[in-house]
Amino acid sequence: MKTAEQVAREVRSGATTAMAELNAALSAVRERNEELNVFLHVDEKGARAAASRIDERVARGEAVGPLAGVPVALKDNLCQNGVPTTCSSRILEGWRPPYNATVVDRLLAAGAVPVGKTNLDEFAMGSSTENSAFGPTKNPLNPSRVPGGSSGGSAAAVAADMTPIAIGSDTGGSIRQPAALCGLVGVKPSYGLVSRYGLIAFASSLDQIGPLTKTVMDAAIVLEAIAGHDPMDSTSLPEPAPSLVAHVESGVVGKRIALVRELVDGADPDVVASVDQAVAALREAGATVVELSIPEFRLGLSAYYLIAPAEASSNLARFDGVRYGLRVKRDDVTAMMEATRTAGFGAEVKRRIMLGTYALSAGYFDAYYGQALKVRTRMIEAFARAYRQVDMLIGATTPSVAFEFGSKTSDPMAMYLSDVFTIPTNLSGEAAISVPFGTGEAGLPIGVQLLGPGRSEALLLAGARVLEIADGRP
Amino acid sequence: MSSPLRREDVAHVARLARLTLSDAELDMFTEQLGQVLEHANDMASLDLEGVVATAHPFGLINVVRDDVVRPSLERDVVLAMAPDSQDHRFAVPRIMGESP
Repeated sequence: MKTAEQVAREVRSGATTAMAELNAALSAVRERNEELNVFLHVDEKGARAAASRIDERVARGEAVGPLAGVPVALKDNLCQNGVPTTCSSRILEGWRPPYNATVVDRLLAAGAVPVGKTNLDEFAMGSSTENSAFGPTKNPLNPSRVPGGSSGGSAAAVAADMTPIAIGSDTGGSIRQPAALCGLVGVKPSYGLVSRYGLIAFASSLDQIGPLTKTVMDAAIVLEAIAGHDPMDSTSLPEPAPSLVAHVESGVVGKRIALVRELVDGADPDVVASVDQAVAALREAGATVVELSIPEFRLGLSAYYLIAPAEASSNLARFDGVRYGLRVKRDDVTAMMEATRTAGFGAEVKRRIMLGTYALSAGYFDAYYGQALKVRTRMIEAFARAYRQVDMLIGATTPSVAFEFGSKTSDPMAMYLSDVFTIPTNLSGEAAISVPFGTGEAGLPIGVQLLGPGRSEALLLAGARVLEIADGRP
Repeated sequence: MSSPLRREDVAHVARLARLTLSDAELDMFTEQLGQVLEHANDMASLDLEGVVATAHPFGLINVVRDDVVRPSLERDVVLAMAPDSQDHRFAVPRIMGESP
């Protein structure tokens, strides 16, 4: 399949049309969606209208954007005007948002063609898409394995060659982990780089939107198109989108990189071997790689699984059967709300709401949530100390390759541990990228993670590009 | 930091969160949430004395805009997505008890 870069170039030159590219995407969706359960909704009519607009503009000789005619898959927690948006939850089934998320507007402005909404773990809570109310998504590379999560549908759309690019959200690893498990590039941008207006909130101090793509260059193109200040998001960074595409081929000569022990400890031997080979490739390309231990990273999981549920319990209070989505009828309002939430939320969402409510409740606040916020401070300080010594960090994205369905569903702690290497970056609000590097058990892809300070996306993309070339994708 | 979560704690939290749990769910959540809280005890290994809590990565600062009237979502469009509405408002079942 063509990259987004190729599609946009060919659409601009007239070698192909947006409609032809959309037709190819739609036929790929028809061919495998039933088997893989990638898209919850395909907006064929809206996509055809968007593709026609691009083709008309090209015909008139007008300038079209960097993603001209590129089909894009949207995670179903992003609002698109008039298009069903469910968060893979029964509680929002049938809801059609009356507005576009800012990222949707920016993708349209860049010429992209939104094809439909992809499956996720309900409200983005999970690491396998097994928590979706609409059934799990299968990994296109091996349908007996999970695609990762929570942006598993978005990852599968790209891995199955349905769309060249997809958008996901990352609260504890939900872009990077599925990218790693499906052999894709995934970016968790710095907190505030991409507007979250129209992203249905899970944990507001952690959530970020980012791209899932086949190539590093495509990730740079998409991120540059969706980043930049948005007055509709009060957490949005004040500056316009950074220049990223221009830095992709910058290389790593003279860069200092630290291999972090806590970002490989506990990973399977095939994953550790890939990280070691990636380190060798970066040295070969002119970087200096040292080893570092950051013990605070070990506490990330504990802090995250108090902070994220606490914020979620508050954010999900809005789903009460009053303004949108499901209502289970009862005679008085409290009974209606309780019946609606009980029927509308799945087990993992209830688990996290319970955990968060407990952590915030009288008598336990200081012991759990308060402590977690202090651990977060220590985590940020530990990152800052590391970045005084080196430019970026390297480690594994996930402890293993894609796992079998059902292998972790009965043990929430085991599932939570699949995010152990990605969580620290969400807690610090900084940037990280996962790039495929080598394969492991059953020939499945392995993701290597590069981490950098806030606003270091250009540096991380250049580092990932070096690894992409070394892994045989020039 | 104490952990072992009691079944009645879970039942209390469910009431606060407006969720009805079956007996089986109460047992399951008591065990699973207890495991997560027990794992969280590892935070005690870090000296957190005097550490300032971080609620937000870059320190959230109030963001204000000029108080100028601008278009918002159409009322009817929003209400059309509500489970029930009446006289251009969201409608809900009885909130207050019957008058004596």
